[in-house]
Amino acid sequence: MLALVSPALLVILALIVLPVGWLAWQSVYHDGFTLENYRRVFTEDVYWRTFALTFEISLAVTFIALLLGYPVAYLADSVPKGWSILILSLVVLPFWTSVLVRAYAWLALLQRTGVINQFLRYVDVISEPLALVHNTFGTVVATVHILLPFMVLPLYATMQKIPNDLMQAGASLGASPSLTFMRVFLPLSLPGVLAGCTMVFVLCLGFYITPELLGGGRTVMVSMLVSRNVELYNQFGAASAVAVVLLLSVLAIFFVVSRFISLDRVLGQK
Amino acid sequence: MMRASPARIALYVISALVLVYLIIPVLIIAPISFSSARFLTFPPPSFSLRWYQQYFSNPAWMQATRVTLTVALLTVVIATPFGVAAAYAVSQSKLRIMRLIHMALLLPLVVPIIITAVGIFFVYAKIGLVATMPGLVLANVMLGLPYVVISVLAGLQSFDPAQEMVARSLGMNRLRSFFAVTLPQIKSSVVAGGIFAFISAMDETIVALFISGGQYQPLTKRMFTALRDEIDPTIAAISTLMTAASFMLVLLASARQGKNA
Repeated sequence: MLALVSPALLVILALIVLPVGWLAWQSVYHDGFTLENYRRVFTEDVYWRTFALTFEISLAVTFIALLLGYPVAYLADSVPKGWSILILSLVVLPFWTSVLVRAYAWLALLQRTGVINQFLRYVDVISEPLALVHNTFGTVVATVHILLPFMVLPLYATMQKIPNDLMQAGASLGASPSLTFMRVFLPLSLPGVLAGCTMVFVLCLGFYITPELLGGGRTVMVSMLVSRNVELYNQFGAASAVAVVLLLSVLAIFFVVSRFISLDRVLGQK
Repeated sequence: MMRASPARIALYVISALVLVYLIIPVLIIAPISFSSARFLTFPPPSFSLRWYQQYFSNPAWMQATRVTLTVALLTVVIATPFGVAAAYAVSQSKLRIMRLIHMALLLPLVVPIIITAVGIFFVYAKIGLVATMPGLVLANVMLGLPYVVISVLAGLQSFDPAQEMVARSLGMNRLRSFFAVTLPQIKSSVVAGGIFAFISAMDETIVALFISGGQYQPLTKRMFTALRDEIDPTIAAISTLMTAASFMLVLLASARQGKNA
């Protein structure tokens, strides 16, 4: 059995474990052991601001995705099967469109001469084009778009397992629909909320393409810090330290979440 | 039961708006790609195939397309048997270490892709695999493996291993009984896993940004660089083709997965 699993395992060890180990080593070793890279990451303003902004954006994206995703999952759960298949197909459809293609689409929609600005000017709502992209706004709009399916799918999976009898029991005991929702349905859907939020938050922390293309160089996220340190400044040690801190954050989140729900629930959706 | 209460109506409206938000970017690409104008304008100008022409007549785009298709194909050819073997071992073995190995196989989904990309770049730089075809394929095999493993494991869940025992008790060896009894029954998940690995390789961008170069640059890398500089509708044409290809493959994969259930 070990022989069967070894080709796959070797590829993963060679291309994930070894490279990450190399990064960790490189972050503390430069002509001898040093914590200089980490000192910089934790004290220098640029690094600190980037990490703070990345967490802020990830929190905002997670929150918005939950606000938008919950009603859709709820609707998909509460309508007859044919409709819920339609709704879920619409949710997964963009999921299978390349992230790059969607970045292009959002640029075409949001830029100064883009579809939305042209439309708003055509119907005379605005006279000057709005700055919808090449800023944090554009980044968040496109990021939520990409991550929303990761929120809806676990929410829907959890809601589906909530037995309908419980709601009927609540109703038969005289509770209003909104009260049954608040007291019965919402608490029972919380594992799905946690799974969805974890996935969205963690994926957002490492986002690269979307902020790079839609942030216009102003919305710098951690991943961009890593790539710039490698590509522009040849600061391999600094890049490695940033990558290690990012990875540890992600693993810490997974670890904490795994105390509450099974990780399969979080990862199974991808 | 379901009266159209105000809350219910609000639910419909909000959900409809969210679905529109999800779908619009997917739908907006095709009209841009067939328009003669550089941007979508009101009223829409004439229909044109010029952006498709530009794509098909540009040697750089064509070379990138060849690289992408070659990489994706080789990825499937390698990742599928590796992933099937691994999933089979994980599902059948009672070794305690298998749980750990199972988790390791899903690592490519857990580690943020930018970290993977930079890490592979450093390792490749040491051994001279940067800007090479084998390097690109190997990285995509690693990234595609979890999709095959997850899909095949799901297929194996509905398979009764006792059947294989029967075949073996009748004198088949383990390998033959796998190919004669097990594989035909999980074929659909294997095909689905392979298709997902293909799509993953076709769409992969970030690792390619770091490790590919020269004549071995996939489509996504060239698209990314082009998008950073200027929005060229040729990319709309490429995007439309890529999206159409993905959707057809996903339909195929879900049809196969449905068969399995």
